[in-house]
Amino acid sequence: MELLEIFTSAGIWGAVLRIATPLIFGTLGALICERAGVLNLGIEGIMTFGAMIGWLTVFNGGDLWVGLLAAAAFGAVFGLLHAGMTVTLGLSQHVTGLGITLFASSLSYFIFRLAVPLASSPPTIEPFQPLVIPYLSALPFFGDALFNQTAPTYLAILLAVILAYVLFRTPLGLAVRMTGENPHGAEAQGVNPIAVRIGAVMVGSALMAVGGAFLTLSAFNSFFPTMVQGRGWVCIALVVFASWRPGRALLGALLFALFDAYQLRLQAVLGKAVPYQLFLMVPYVLSIIALIVTARRARVPQALMQPYRRGER
Amino acid sequence: MRLERRAHRPLVLVLLAPVIAIMAALAIAGVLIAMAGAPVLEAYRLILTGAFGTRLGFTETLTRATPLMLTGLAAAVAFRARVWNIGAEGQFYLGAIAVAAVAATVFSGWPPYLLIPAALMVGAIAGMVMLLVPLGLRLRFGVDEVVTSLLLNFVVVLFVSMMIEGPLKDPLAFGWPQSIPVGPEAMLPKLIDRTRLHIGLVIAIVIAVLVYFLQSRTVFGMQSRAAGLSPTAAVFSGVPLAKTLIKVACLSGGLAGLAGAIEVMGVKGYVTTDLSPGYGYSGIIVAMLANLHPIGVIAAALFTATMFVGADSMGRALGIPSYIADVTVSLSLLTMLVSIFFTQYRIRR
Repeated sequence: MELLEIFTSAGIWGAVLRIATPLIFGTLGALICERAGVLNLGIEGIMTFGAMIGWLTVFNGGDLWVGLLAAAAFGAVFGLLHAGMTVTLGLSQHVTGLGITLFASSLSYFIFRLAVPLASSPPTIEPFQPLVIPYLSALPFFGDALFNQTAPTYLAILLAVILAYVLFRTPLGLAVRMTGENPHGAEAQGVNPIAVRIGAVMVGSALMAVGGAFLTLSAFNSFFPTMVQGRGWVCIALVVFASWRPGRALLGALLFALFDAYQLRLQAVLGKAVPYQLFLMVPYVLSIIALIVTARRARVPQALMQPYRRGER
Repeated sequence: MRLERRAHRPLVLVLLAPVIAIMAALAIAGVLIAMAGAPVLEAYRLILTGAFGTRLGFTETLTRATPLMLTGLAAAVAFRARVWNIGAEGQFYLGAIAVAAVAATVFSGWPPYLLIPAALMVGAIAGMVMLLVPLGLRLRFGVDEVVTSLLLNFVVVLFVSMMIEGPLKDPLAFGWPQSIPVGPEAMLPKLIDRTRLHIGLVIAIVIAVLVYFLQSRTVFGMQSRAAGLSPTAAVFSGVPLAKTLIKVACLSGGLAGLAGAIEVMGVKGYVTTDLSPGYGYSGIIVAMLANLHPIGVIAAALFTATMFVGADSMGRALGIPSYIADVTVSLSLLTMLVSIFFTQYRIRR
């Protein structure tokens, strides 16, 4: 019974939203790229760089929001690099993406070590504080469970709604989806597939970096190497699970975070009886299961991973 | 300005591509070194003398190149058939922990000439099994093996951590999480006394040559190439696609598992969770720098190891974070992709 009581505490629901936030940003970012036809495996490295540069900006006296913006800007730069190689030159999206991940993460560690010499305990910053919403935050149970979050969390949820609207209700969204399904057809309709793809990858990468920055500016207050810990790869799996739809991406990230928050509390309850590594495996195993369940049914953008060259078929 | 496909790829360009890529990566790394406030040319010199200048440095470079050759081959054979094995890191660790589990227990008392090949085999099989999971998921459920093999890396490292804190924990290690030792009989003979350099280097080079012949002179080599160039066309011309991919996965996963086994039996003698400083991921870079050519992998692994060993000593001498090695090596992957592109295309106005 103790195992079910976990769900009745407000704490776990607050934790779910907190854990889900970087995943929502990352998944939406990857989703934008893939809707335009580009797989962005640079996500893991871009999140790491966002976490580092966001933290470093604030550490050097910048405002928290400036930190998030800095992360977004550098994320877009890495996106431009990825797009330049995969869209303009049409190189392998798999290998380029992995290259970007390796490059962006090692560059983050290099810059971080250069700026902050090795110390026994990593220096910290003052992170985002929970945003008090009049009346709502004071509600019994629901106040703690849902309305005790930092501003970027609300932003992430809002973003999913905005993205769903833009993607399915505006000409811009139509252009992005057309480019991902059939770039030749899009070109015939007067859309420039190259430009759309470059733009989508830059915007998507900016969101990934913001997701990373949430880790150092809100979830924790310091940066350390390997802190992203595969969250980027989880996001790539969540995009498939979400069948490339923003609303389902939001739900998927929340569901995933629920499992993660539950296993964290389960660890505390079960304690030494079960090796803690088994719990830590849960997120990765869950992602794989999610892929197996959805892969066959998934509506993949038809031109995903196909380079587009004018006049070449 | 537009890009035009070359009618044929000039051999000079193909051979020059990695050289240009590495020069470009070093140049960009030079900018970072300068930004860190260190003399750039001096840094380059220190990288070379650190990696080759002393007996210790030189043998250390070769020792580091050994697992990189094997993980590089693992990526090269897989990528050639478009099996995106990004899980070499996990296969490496599973191979290593499998060896630690059997060498001093099941195989205890065996003479070295039986024990060593048997243990290496166990490591390779563990790596194979590890890659057959994501490939099986791709063939059966249509799941992209890139993400699954990446995610499994994390699962395997946690599994290894669980083993070395649990059933395979060394009771004599003063509480440190490390596996029971494989024992002196299972250790690979040294190539040069009083260094870490072991016979694994020879094994890796021989395997690279074998893989070269396998790919260029056998039906399997032709079929795996066909599967990579165009799966549809391969099926039409009678290539058993699933079978070929499974064979490729066995070879690739086996090589990565073998890398882990050799690293345990050649260098450390036991498994910890920092046995590999990302050999699995660096293997991808090695394979791309070699343009997926097995013999090229030997040279690419030497370059990568040079950077790691050299940058380490350069970093200590000049006070620069040694992460500069990872930056340079990963940059060279990106510059290599671009320079391969320009062996295939030219710019026309």
